[in-house]
Amino acid sequence: MTRVSDRTGVPGPVAGMTADRVRVEAGGRLLVDGVAVDAPSGTLTAVIGPNGAGKSTLLRALAGVERPADGEVRYGAAEAYGLRRRERAKLAALVEQDATTELDLTVADAVALGRLPHEGLWGAGEDRDEIVAASLDAVGARDLAARSMPTLSGGERQRVLIAKALAQRTPLLLLDEPTNHLDVSAQLTTLRLLRRVAREGATVLAALHDLGLAAAYADRVIVLDGGRVVAAGGTLDTLTPALMSRVYGVDAELLAHPRTGRPVLAVDLPEGAAED
Amino acid sequence: MTASDRPLAWTGLRGIRSSRLTVPTVTAVGLAALVASVAAAVTIGAVDLSVDDVWRTVAAHLGLGVSPLAPLQDGIVWELRLPRVLTAAAVGAGLALSGAVMQAVTRNPLADPYLLGLSSGASLGAVAVLLLGVGLLLPVAAFGGALAALLAALALARAAGPITPSRTVLAGVAVSSLAAALTSLVIFWTATGDAFREILGWLLGSLAGARWPAVAIAVGALVVVGIPLLAGGRVLDAFAFGDTSAAALGVDVARTRSVLLGGTALLTGAMVSVSGAIGFVGLVLPHAVRLLTGPGHRTLLPLSALTGAIFLIWADTAARSLFDPRELPVGVVTAILGAPVFALLLARRR
Repeated sequence: MTRVSDRTGVPGPVAGMTADRVRVEAGGRLLVDGVAVDAPSGTLTAVIGPNGAGKSTLLRALAGVERPADGEVRYGAAEAYGLRRRERAKLAALVEQDATTELDLTVADAVALGRLPHEGLWGAGEDRDEIVAASLDAVGARDLAARSMPTLSGGERQRVLIAKALAQRTPLLLLDEPTNHLDVSAQLTTLRLLRRVAREGATVLAALHDLGLAAAYADRVIVLDGGRVVAAGGTLDTLTPALMSRVYGVDAELLAHPRTGRPVLAVDLPEGAAED
Repeated sequence: MTASDRPLAWTGLRGIRSSRLTVPTVTAVGLAALVASVAAAVTIGAVDLSVDDVWRTVAAHLGLGVSPLAPLQDGIVWELRLPRVLTAAAVGAGLALSGAVMQAVTRNPLADPYLLGLSSGASLGAVAVLLLGVGLLLPVAAFGGALAALLAALALARAAGPITPSRTVLAGVAVSSLAAALTSLVIFWTATGDAFREILGWLLGSLAGARWPAVAIAVGALVVVGIPLLAGGRVLDAFAFGDTSAAALGVDVARTRSVLLGGTALLTGAMVSVSGAIGFVGLVLPHAVRLLTGPGHRTLLPLSALTGAIFLIWADTAARSLFDPRELPVGVVTAILGAPVFALLLARRR
């Protein structure tokens, strides 16, 4: 009943992800407070907000990794935390920020970890090697397959971690700062890949620091501040100068690129802000 | 040819498998080597018996034919050598398996089965009964000591929140130090002459006293706890990128960690109770296997157990025959062999 794409292997179409009143506490501190999310399938949603806004925490709750103290997370029609862990891991994959390993894994081994939710106690699935190869292809990292994880550059590692999540073949893909440590070209390549994954039917949520990237590539944005949603909706409608001024305290505006017409971000400190 | 055997037409072909050698092949070779080691090791010893006579004696006790040896020599083979070799195999397997699991659960390459203070706890229990002169209770006391140390370490690790790898290690260090200090205190206060020698042998790890009850304890623990632990390989792989990553792959992190720590502790406790704290087997062998087959735990766990068994059989054979008629504690042999290997591993690590 699910279609498997030959390009990124994303199963789909599925009914997206929704969440309501999500509240996460840790050590007596409220990190995420009453957050609602509506991420339809086929879209790329950027979760943005200043440092400490609760982006990572929200993603963990949405990915099924950390049960929220209150609220509801739904994968399609299913209540996420009502599912068995294994089933949840077949529906949602998470690319953590800066995940590393001390083990001397090859890249192919690392990507194959994404198959674990689908495998039995001993055996690898019969289709494992094909899926690993296709996932590496999707991120343009096939030539890295035999390399050892500790020898990769930051950008290479990030692509491999995305391939690992793709190998999980989940309709929902969540990424925490996937463009961290990447040079500008690798950032654009990553965002294009995420968009392609979304176009093939997946629901993609990515926490992003770079408002310009969010503006250029995301279909929708969720703006967090202090653990609460301060705005959400279509990217161009939501990222208004007033909002960016309120949340980030900067004077920012989306303009059309003079040649391509894509939205680009013009950003400055407001008039009268302290100069160096 | 199944799909997973089919070669892929790309450069990463070799990288895609955690091991160049297939698991069934390596396991079969390992099992054959284990059986051969047992068969060879029983023929070696202080009393000069022919290989043929030894094997026929063992066969006779298994109901095949008649023993060619006089009762005294028959007893040496069946009551001393064979149980000792079998105990060495089971203890070696248990320690190497525990070490491999412990290193994965704590994400610490320097972890060994005694990490949670198990050996120190067991030593304290053992030393106490040795000095009280109730040697029969030794396995029970050692196991009790190991268990008490485990519970103390887990309680400490859990005191400030969920069990994390670093807290586990630190709690183990604290409990170890305390138990070791108490052991030294007891020895210093009370031990004299022969008791001191016996205690030292036990602290260093020795299989000299292994008879059939020891075989029953060690093999029993291996079957009841060790074999289920082997099934943890898939889950341990999921921990490669840390707890969150494991959780995102569908693993119940807290429960898995408790169950695996508890399992290795029971297994190690049983092994320590029959052999004392034999060092380096649980630390070095998993690393050696990793160098050969890669870090995938579905291969690492069974192969660690097999190589641990073979290694300890030969280490103990060396311990009892190299300086005949004097016997070395086997822990000294494993440390002499293990320490340089370990130094080499450390040097290779960037």
